[in-house]
Amino acid sequence: MSAPAHIEVRDLSMAYGEFVVQRDLSFTVRKGDVFVIMGGNGCGKTTLMRALVGLQRPAAGTVRYDGEDFWGVAQGDQERMKRRLGIMFQGGALWSSLTLAENVALPLAEYTNLPPKRIAEIVSFKLALVGLAGFEDFYPSELSGGMKKRAGLARAMALDPDILIIDEPSSGLDPLTARRLDDLILELRDSLGATVVVISHDLASILTIGSDSIYLDADTHTMIQTGNPREALASGDPKVRHFLTRGTA
Amino acid sequence: MTEGNPRGMTTAPEPFAAGGAGQKLEIHRVEEGCLRIVLAGRWCLDQALPSHEVVERALEGGVRRLAFDATGLGAWDSGLLTFLAGVIKACNRCSVDADQDGLPEGIRHLLAMAFAVPEQKVAGRGGENGNLFVRVGKAAQDFVRGAPAMLRFLGEITLSFLRLATGRARFRMSDMWLEIEQVGPRALPIVSVISFLVGLILAYLGADQLKLVGAQIFIADLVAIGMVREVGALMTGIIIAGRTGAAFAAQLGTMQVNEEIDAFKTLGISPVDFLVLPRILALMLMVPLLTLYSGFVGMFAGLVVSVTIFDISLFEYYNETLRALELKHFWVGLSKGSVYGAMVAFAGCLRGMQCGRSAEAVGEAATSAVVTGILLITIAASVMTIVYYQLDI
Repeated sequence: MSAPAHIEVRDLSMAYGEFVVQRDLSFTVRKGDVFVIMGGNGCGKTTLMRALVGLQRPAAGTVRYDGEDFWGVAQGDQERMKRRLGIMFQGGALWSSLTLAENVALPLAEYTNLPPKRIAEIVSFKLALVGLAGFEDFYPSELSGGMKKRAGLARAMALDPDILIIDEPSSGLDPLTARRLDDLILELRDSLGATVVVISHDLASILTIGSDSIYLDADTHTMIQTGNPREALASGDPKVRHFLTRGTA
Repeated sequence: MTEGNPRGMTTAPEPFAAGGAGQKLEIHRVEEGCLRIVLAGRWCLDQALPSHEVVERALEGGVRRLAFDATGLGAWDSGLLTFLAGVIKACNRCSVDADQDGLPEGIRHLLAMAFAVPEQKVAGRGGENGNLFVRVGKAAQDFVRGAPAMLRFLGEITLSFLRLATGRARFRMSDMWLEIEQVGPRALPIVSVISFLVGLILAYLGADQLKLVGAQIFIADLVAIGMVREVGALMTGIIIAGRTGAAFAAQLGTMQVNEEIDAFKTLGISPVDFLVLPRILALMLMVPLLTLYSGFVGMFAGLVVSVTIFDISLFEYYNETLRALELKHFWVGLSKGSVYGAMVAFAGCLRGMQCGRSAEAVGEAATSAVVTGILLITIAASVMTIVYYQLDI
């Protein structure tokens, strides 16, 4: 029996004014999935992420978390639902006036009653998980792009969220660090039961960690493939195979 | 949660035990030199969890090996992971062998990932603020170090003007027209409001004193000369420092953050030519005109006050203004406007080009541009006033 649905997207359309980025998107992310949203540049992957996390109201359609319509509930309920999400933005989106430790500690200080000492321990552990042990007192401006990204993931994991939404986790990272991040995503899924939604271009990463996926097409402005990315590589839509083989198939 | 004393426990019948809200921690000394940590129940952050220090204290009695028993472990999250990470670090410090085989596989993997990259040791961090004397000393050092940078930037601008004069400066005229529009016509509303109010204040201030000697007609002289020679230029300079100087610093600072300025340099294009020159030219051209406009608006405010409040006729006020104003007053005002414009542009562009690579740095650059701009304007105003007085202009 398949796992229960965690996120259900139905007939979702996103637009900037008159320009429709994507339309009629319907897919289900099940508990424990590593769900990959893939597609070429400008196809609307990040716009879809913004609709999923409450940053941009969709033009039409619904996003349900465990059956609860995110865009249909009051703002207070939306805030409660958002606390179940951990979001890593493409560039890390760290607050530049705060140190890494303060960046990761802020959600813990804001939403838990944990004593400062315990928060500091959790922060150190989360930073160690992403390979940034000892960087607690650094400011984001003192870090490389890849380190910012990893620190962004540590912040996204701060509250042990049910659902992690990660925008381009491996872009700009060296292969070993990218692999380490992939391992971490899988471990978070396996150990903590987190559901992970990943927006990615990175073929190695998509094929390694993805258990389910959609492919957004920039030409037709809708999704043209769902399912396990490895299966899509073998027998999917020609456009998707073309994408997954870097244009060689 | 209850806590016992872990010291002196040598046998299983008197183990350390801590627990509460569903989780259980027991420390058993199973044989000489070996501890067994029993973890059971729910270990989540939403409940009070024991500290790893209770285990650390138990390590002090000649322990060589530590094992875990997690057979009764229920739900867990970062609370358990941070506890275990603390225990393992304590074991490493005390040279105790921590056997993780008794932990669930997922926990072992996550702990392995956390310890896979050695902790970065960074010396000297955290003491950056220091005491008052250190901060004052650093501020003085920064000021001294900043002076050459300012002079270097002035030199680059001078070279850029020389390239402009010889037709070798590379910038787009359309950029300059855009800047002219931004700093000139778009500043008219705020310059109008401020100048009118300042003219009004001058008129009231003058009238209050002049009525003592029955010479209220000289309000016109005071407002006309004051606005055209000094106040119009000064107010316009300060408005432009707040409005345009800050904008220049923020624009160039953001370009610094986005590596756009580095991109110019790598292409061999001088960012001073391309970005700074059009901004300085725009302000040097526009601020004198705004100064002139400010003077006229101020005089109009004086006229309104004089005619409506102090019973001076329109004709009298007009005639007195014409009598008071000489062409040299306009030249003085215009020259000051040009200098203030150049000062504001210099401060805004300098701080923008010196900006760091973070959002916070952009804010600091904008603030610093306004402060530097107003400081330079004030210094220039003082020097020029003294010089013009000495030259009897």
